[in-house]
Amino acid sequence: MKNTIKQLFHSSKFVIGFVIFVAILLTIIIYPLVSPGNPLEMVGVGTFARPGTYVSLYDAVTTEKDTFKFSDADEKRLANAISDSDREAMLALFDAAAMDYSSIDVNDSNALIEFWDANYQTAMDTAKLKKSQKRDLRLLDSRIQALKAGETFKVVEEVDGETVEISTITKTDYVNTNKVINVRNLPLGTDNFGRDTLRELIAAAGVSLRIGLIAGIIATFVGLLLGLLAGYLGGVVDNIITFFTNVLSVIPSIVLLILINYSISQELRGPTLCALIIGATSWTWTTRSVRSQVISLRNRDHVNLSKLSGHSLMRIILTDILPYIASYVVMAFILQVSSGILAEAQLSMLGLGPKTTTTPTLGLMMNWATLYSAHTTGRWWAYFPVILTITFITFSLNFMNTGMDQVFNPALRD
Amino acid sequence: MSERKDYTNGPLCLSGRNLTRVFGTGAKQNVAVDHVNFDFHEGEFVSIVGESGSGKTTLSKMLLGLLNISEGEILYQGKPRDISNRKKLNEYWKGIQPIFQDPFSSYNIFHKIDAVLLDCIAMRGGKHLPYEKKVEMMTEACSFVNLKFAELTNKYPFELSGGQMQRLMIARIFLLKPKILLADEPTSMVDACSRATILDMLLNLRDETGMTIIFITHDIGLAYYISDTIYIMEHGKFVESGKADEVILNPQAAYTKRLISDVPKIHEEWDLSTVEMNNTL
Ligand SMILES: Nc1ncnc2c1ncn2[C@@H]1O[C@H](COP(=O)(O)OP(=O)(O)OP(=O)(O)O)[C@@H](O)[C@H]1O
Ligand SMILES: [Mg+2]
Repeated sequence: MKNTIKQLFHSSKFVIGFVIFVAILLTIIIYPLVSPGNPLEMVGVGTFARPGTYVSLYDAVTTEKDTFKFSDADEKRLANAISDSDREAMLALFDAAAMDYSSIDVNDSNALIEFWDANYQTAMDTAKLKKSQKRDLRLLDSRIQALKAGETFKVVEEVDGETVEISTITKTDYVNTNKVINVRNLPLGTDNFGRDTLRELIAAAGVSLRIGLIAGIIATFVGLLLGLLAGYLGGVVDNIITFFTNVLSVIPSIVLLILINYSISQELRGPTLCALIIGATSWTWTTRSVRSQVISLRNRDHVNLSKLSGHSLMRIILTDILPYIASYVVMAFILQVSSGILAEAQLSMLGLGPKTTTTPTLGLMMNWATLYSAHTTGRWWAYFPVILTITFITFSLNFMNTGMDQVFNPALRD
Repeated sequence: MSERKDYTNGPLCLSGRNLTRVFGTGAKQNVAVDHVNFDFHEGEFVSIVGESGSGKTTLSKMLLGLLNISEGEILYQGKPRDISNRKKLNEYWKGIQPIFQDPFSSYNIFHKIDAVLLDCIAMRGGKHLPYEKKVEMMTEACSFVNLKFAELTNKYPFELSGGQMQRLMIARIFLLKPKILLADEPTSMVDACSRATILDMLLNLRDETGMTIIFITHDIGLAYYISDTIYIMEHGKFVESGKADEVILNPQAAYTKRLISDVPKIHEEWDLSTVEMNNTL
């Protein structure tokens, strides 16, 4: 036993799967401790805030200021200040004045502004423009000039109908984000409800893993029990169990899941109930494979000797059959867990998963992202990390399984 | 061997009446054991000889109560065998124990050798003996088959050679001392020298305890060497049976004659012509 575990850790596949799985598990456990909070709290007003660090503007204004004169700060500001439509308007003016601006790169905002400063007045004079167009251009120019000049903002407060100036913000004012009281990291932005996607994802991974575990335990337990009984006892018991197993496995389990979940109202469907249902519909293949393994074992002479020693049925199953299939059962369990997680995702995508707004699951997150067309509007953070998480969990479980297969099944050893 | 007691007339121990076992149905039907009749007596050393696939193991599994009988019946101590419930079956199994043909599948690979032997002591009612006494018994049983218990203790069966496994199975019988031993090629993996020693020990065991030994083999020479009675089996049928001397020295069935002629005779010269022929190939 000890040896087998040692061997497992010599299998690179098992180790890779194990490390990924443990990393996921630790994240699920540790993240809520480090960063407590309700994963379902709608922190954002509005949907799909982009991933990033959010600094409270309110707090920043009153935070102690530092002055910096970074040489490229203005350039950056200007570059960002000119929108595409501004650019078009500027170029339209030069065209109207028949000016040749081929010497500059029109996408380089700084060069464009320099050219604008040099030629604005002459262009306005020569070009034939409508009054409204001229007015728009004058506004644009004053905006550009203001940016260059170093416009300042005044922060005022109304006290008894009088406006009192609190502070002035100039271009060289900076605040250290560490000093701002409210800075929030949203590495994965928010979802359609304005919930912190990362926190929700980690909580959902935990719930989905629990669903997988419960479903896996039920499926493995039922499958093992029925498989052992059918395989070892044979006869009528075997016929009955095999009949039920065959009937159930003919119907695709997803169809069965859909029918069962459809018949239970949303309000009642919690993650645990979903896990129970998934487990109760997926034991058939464990039963079938355990049964066939037990049949080949029960005719082994060590089982015969055990019978001849007067051992009870229970003892023979527990000591002479179970140890031989234990490694196989562990492998089947791991596969059941991963297919349980996938089954939940499938069900939730169809809107038949656990009740929506009370618990997050990976499937529900996918479902909401789809309903709010996150995939067509480029809100990748709402669905891509979820897909990645599902992939990593099932991938790590399957990798562990393959590694075990290599250790337990000498025929596959290289 | 000369002063052997005659065991062939003792009280009836195990008998078969039209005993038949059929595997499969229809076109695939295979009659593995075909209406065989026999009477084994207490203390008798019986050999069942037949080539591979003749139905020897199938017959022994039926005698052990591990395989259902298709037709006929088995008499145990002169009366129809009753193994209709678990309790009666366990009682029957106290009297009959096997050594199976394949030693590799005879052990639970998860149990240590000690567990195998301790189980036997427990079966004989020695469960509560002090551990020193148990070790003494196990050591004795192992030395009976030329094994050293001290070297085996805390080892797993798969750490033994095939021959050692077979000998350990015989040590198990030594501890259990059943009334009937069904030994299915118990020494197939033991070297010729130890084989003779072990078989002599089995004979001694029989002499000491009056155990009936049903010895299954395809080696008719070996059967002649040790048994009182020989049954020759061909395609599920007993084609010839009788006292060892009668069967071997005066065979009636063609099959028996063939088996006897197939026994290699060491004193005969090699046929040089065939050797040369093989070399030129
Ligand atoms: N469980 C089974 N199902 C179907 N056929 C079987 C089964 N066990 C044995 N047989 C068949 O019964 C026949 C007798 O087999 P058995 O094992 O009794 O031979 P054997 O005399 O012990 O041979 P060997 O010397 O090789 O051990 C064979 O043709 C075999 O194919
Ligand atoms: Mg055989």
